[in-house]
Amino acid sequence: MIEAILLTIITAATPLVIAAMGELVTERAGVLNLGVEGMMIIGAVCAFAGSYLTGVPLFGVLAGILGGALFSLLFGFLTLTLVTNQVATGLALTLLGLGLSGQLGESFVGIPGVKLAPIVFPVLSEIPFVGPLLFRQDITFYLSIALVIGVNWFLFRSRTGLKLRAIGDNHGSAHALGISVIRTRYLAVMFGGACAGLAGAQLSLVYTPQWVENMSAGRGWIALALVVFASWRPWRVLAGGYIFGAVGILQLHAQAFGIGVPSQFLSMLPYAVTIVVLIIISHNRRTTLINTPACLGKPFVPDR
Amino acid sequence: MRIELQRRPASSGLFSLVSPLLALALTLIFGAIMFQMLGKDPGHALYSFFVEPLLEVWSLHELAIKAGPLILIAVGLSVCYRSNNWNIGAEGQFTIGAITGSILPILVPQWHSVMVLPLMLLMGAAGGALFAAIPALLKTRFNTNEILVSLMLVYIAQLFLDWLVRGPWRDPKGFNFPQSISFAPEAVLPPLLDSGRAHASILFALLAAVLVWFMMRFMLKGFEVTVLGRSERAGRFAGFSARRMVWFSMMLSGAFAGLAGISEVSGSIGHLQPSISPGYGFTAIIVAFLGRLNPVGAIASGFVLALTYLGGEAAQLSIGVSDKVTRVFQGLLLFFVLSCDTLILYRVRIIFGSGRAREAKS
Repeated sequence: MIEAILLTIITAATPLVIAAMGELVTERAGVLNLGVEGMMIIGAVCAFAGSYLTGVPLFGVLAGILGGALFSLLFGFLTLTLVTNQVATGLALTLLGLGLSGQLGESFVGIPGVKLAPIVFPVLSEIPFVGPLLFRQDITFYLSIALVIGVNWFLFRSRTGLKLRAIGDNHGSAHALGISVIRTRYLAVMFGGACAGLAGAQLSLVYTPQWVENMSAGRGWIALALVVFASWRPWRVLAGGYIFGAVGILQLHAQAFGIGVPSQFLSMLPYAVTIVVLIIISHNRRTTLINTPACLGKPFVPDR
Repeated sequence: MRIELQRRPASSGLFSLVSPLLALALTLIFGAIMFQMLGKDPGHALYSFFVEPLLEVWSLHELAIKAGPLILIAVGLSVCYRSNNWNIGAEGQFTIGAITGSILPILVPQWHSVMVLPLMLLMGAAGGALFAAIPALLKTRFNTNEILVSLMLVYIAQLFLDWLVRGPWRDPKGFNFPQSISFAPEAVLPPLLDSGRAHASILFALLAAVLVWFMMRFMLKGFEVTVLGRSERAGRFAGFSARRMVWFSMMLSGAFAGLAGISEVSGSIGHLQPSISPGYGFTAIIVAFLGRLNPVGAIASGFVLALTYLGGEAAQLSIGVSDKVTRVFQGLLLFFVLSCDTLILYRVRIIFGSGRAREAKS
């Protein structure tokens, strides 16, 4: 029983962690992309299409990543090259993503999908309790863990990561030092898009292996909140992702048990918890100021 | 090839007017390409999307019905966005406004009076404003991000409405359908003309647009909105309070969204049901930007986006494309609007060949 619940929590937390890791890198480079929800849903529909058309779910994962990354380029072109308002452009990306995915996915509605097969580690998966939880998962789970470790190393242990953080904290100085601000930001935006696409692929290939319109159901926005919650630190994203995942799953179980609270109020929980968490994290102005990338959301036009 | 931006000494007046039109034209071109790819005749498709709905009286009424809430919400959002407060939860405030406005006709249906309708509208606006006060309170008191909070509240509002119409407010004689009792005649916004369904919400919208335009143009409050939006620091020197502006702009836009909500329920639907809006609160964001965050501009752009809703329905019937095309059109339109707005502040130069060659020459 506990094992089954933990398994579903992992499945629910994985897309949140992946999408939030992507957005974390984007925001560390000083770009606020509010289009996570849109990139995620585009990733979900591309992944389902890829898996359905080729018959190989793994190609679906690739299609999701590619779809998300390409879609994010649209945001990159507008905000980085044409210097449009990042908040408005992010919203536009979400609105367009939701519309476009509905249009693209129309012929897939009602088709049963193929679930991504788990990768079973020999020996390790035989360990009681821990084995099935950690070593008999699909590739997206392993990727989510690898992302946390990789991004943490990249941001705080590598030269390029240092440059990326410098751009996010002071793009003017970084530009003066000869670091290519715009190019790095393009790459960071695309990384965020690829991660959101992968998260979407997890939704349509693992979480509920089918295509349902608007299936991301606000998870992209929760991932954005997760980045604030984690104060832009990778390991805290992992912790936060599992807390949010647990809230989402436990309310489902509470609904199934029928504890006397109307199901709609239980369904509100993940959104309400997000607000509460934002309050707890944000109320200390000083810690927020210390952690927020100083140039987050600010436009940059290189002077020549 | 690369693109270089050069800041204009002053924002271009010409492009302020031309850029929304340019965006519309680009959207139409892209729409034509999209229809071509779907295997439809683009000319015929665009005609049935954007022209056919304008040819019949009844559909002009529908246009006004759709434009009403869009303009009303967008006018409020324009003020909000100008002051640099990002309320994107208008859909939730719309829903809550519909609920609080429906308290009288649902809970005291036996009260027949001319007072009912004005009270309903007032309560709807108040409900929307109070719901928008939540992100305002959290932003001013706890420094939370109003974008995320207002969006999360949309989901909460919709679930709350769902609970109401399936639970305590369900019509006992409604054959178990998830909807409330139908409003009594004195709780319904009457049609404006005998020729169709259009009701007063479009008048509220036009009135709101003119009033807010007057405020922004001629009153100190409007100046305060603009100054604080451009630079909070400059506003402080003028003695304006950014904190109070958060409250003002959020609650103003919430009130308009709430009024739109109760007008829609009272005028077009006649009862509460789980789904009362085809995404007006989100589409109004596009309306606000297409109107260049100007209340009068919102009137024109509100009709344009209302037309995309109607066109989607018409195109579904006449050329057999799905009404999802509407959402794609709306999304594309916002992208083009935002890109074209760059032309107002910047000169865009496309440079062919490598940049180094140019630098070497100069």
